[in-house]
Amino acid sequence: MKAAAETLEVSLTVNGEAVKRSVPARLNLADFLRIELELTGTHVGCEHGVCGACTLRVDGEIVRGCLMFAAQADGCTVDTIEGLSDSREIEELQSAFVLTNALQCGFCTPGVLMAAQALLRDEPNPSRERIREYLSGNYCRCTGYQAIVDAIEAVAKARAARSVR
Amino acid sequence: MKAPRFAYARPASVAEALALLAEHKDEARVLAGGQSLVPMLNFRVAAPKVLVDINRIAALTGIKVSKNHLRIGALVRHVELERSADIARHLPLIAAAMPHVAHPAIRNRGTFGGSCALADPAAELPACAIALAAIFVVASKKGERRIAAQDFFKGLYATALKAGELLVAAEFPLPKPADASAFGELARRHGDYAMVGVAAHGSTQGGKFSDMRVVFFGVADRPQRAAEFEAALGGQAAAARTIAAALPRLDADLSPRADFHGSAATKRHLAKVLAGRVLKQMEGVS
Repeated sequence: MKAAAETLEVSLTVNGEAVKRSVPARLNLADFLRIELELTGTHVGCEHGVCGACTLRVDGEIVRGCLMFAAQADGCTVDTIEGLSDSREIEELQSAFVLTNALQCGFCTPGVLMAAQALLRDEPNPSRERIREYLSGNYCRCTGYQAIVDAIEAVAKARAARSVR
Repeated sequence: MKAPRFAYARPASVAEALALLAEHKDEARVLAGGQSLVPMLNFRVAAPKVLVDINRIAALTGIKVSKNHLRIGALVRHVELERSADIARHLPLIAAAMPHVAHPAIRNRGTFGGSCALADPAAELPACAIALAAIFVVASKKGERRIAAQDFFKGLYATALKAGELLVAAEFPLPKPADASAFGELARRHGDYAMVGVAAHGSTQGGKFSDMRVVFFGVADRPQRAAEFEAALGGQAAAARTIAAALPRLDADLSPRADFHGSAATKRHLAKVLAGRVLKQMEGVS
């Protein structure tokens, strides 16, 4: 067993690329991505897990980037908003957000898209109420949420219509 | 803010974790899901010298059903409880509570053991553990000991865990056929900590309440059983009128303190409204 240390070597996969770094134990995963890897799409808002701006995916599941240390991501697969955008995984959601004006300042948007994609993966046809409940951990101070729910619902309905055909 | 400096260790086994906890004693904190501890570090409310990350210890994972009980490993994530067929079948109280625990991204990381060991007075799982008469399994270098949930929670963020001890699991007795449960909470927004919550479990065998365990949370410094209220239900018809008649007894059971959610009188009123609403939903209540 390794003794407790204040600096640690980590190897992880970020958006499909292998990354190896030496990190301070106190560095959280969101700051690691932003500062060390310059992936600034993951936003840092409240730094205590409430606002959801730092939502990202670790080993396929959404988590708060501010509530995990980079050292804990050793050996993990991390996907950020940049990865989901480049792979076109969230293309439909992005288009729907633009169409319904579901963002204004955009600060919360990466985290909201992360959460929305996770919801539609697990529950392809959620009700509006369920969308609101699922997104209750992502704060938006501009839109009043209505347009965000519209956008996610529109994507769910479009996908459902395609699968019926 | 950012977390203060600390040293990080990631033991691969319970034995390694216990050795680290024994070595660093009060200067060490166990890092499970981190969904409460990391905010506390970031706020500088906690500043341990060493974090012992138990996330890779396989022996702490898993939900196992045996002849007499269901065992939940300390590292079982909230999302696993939410989706487990065994939990839905044997411990529907916990299945009902899970959607109220924070938000999906938090439930993907937060753990059963972490929630219980933190002992937030407004948290759902400690109240469920008491209502279901769970037994906590605690390990240290000296060996294992078992603590009834009723005796585990000692106050605000305080438990029976001693320095050097690690919560490894909880064992829940399997419910009997006529057992029923109900859960509810009032929160300002979905996923927030409860203003008032209640977890209830008992039997409605023969159309009468018996062995009722009604536990409120968010009303005291720890989950609180409502002994007078339970006594008023016991032996009476499992019916809405029994519940309504027993509700005034909650005045004797609960002495909530005012907090940022409202006055003591408001919280007491909400506790009664909630209990009335929730207990009627128990299976077997007419």
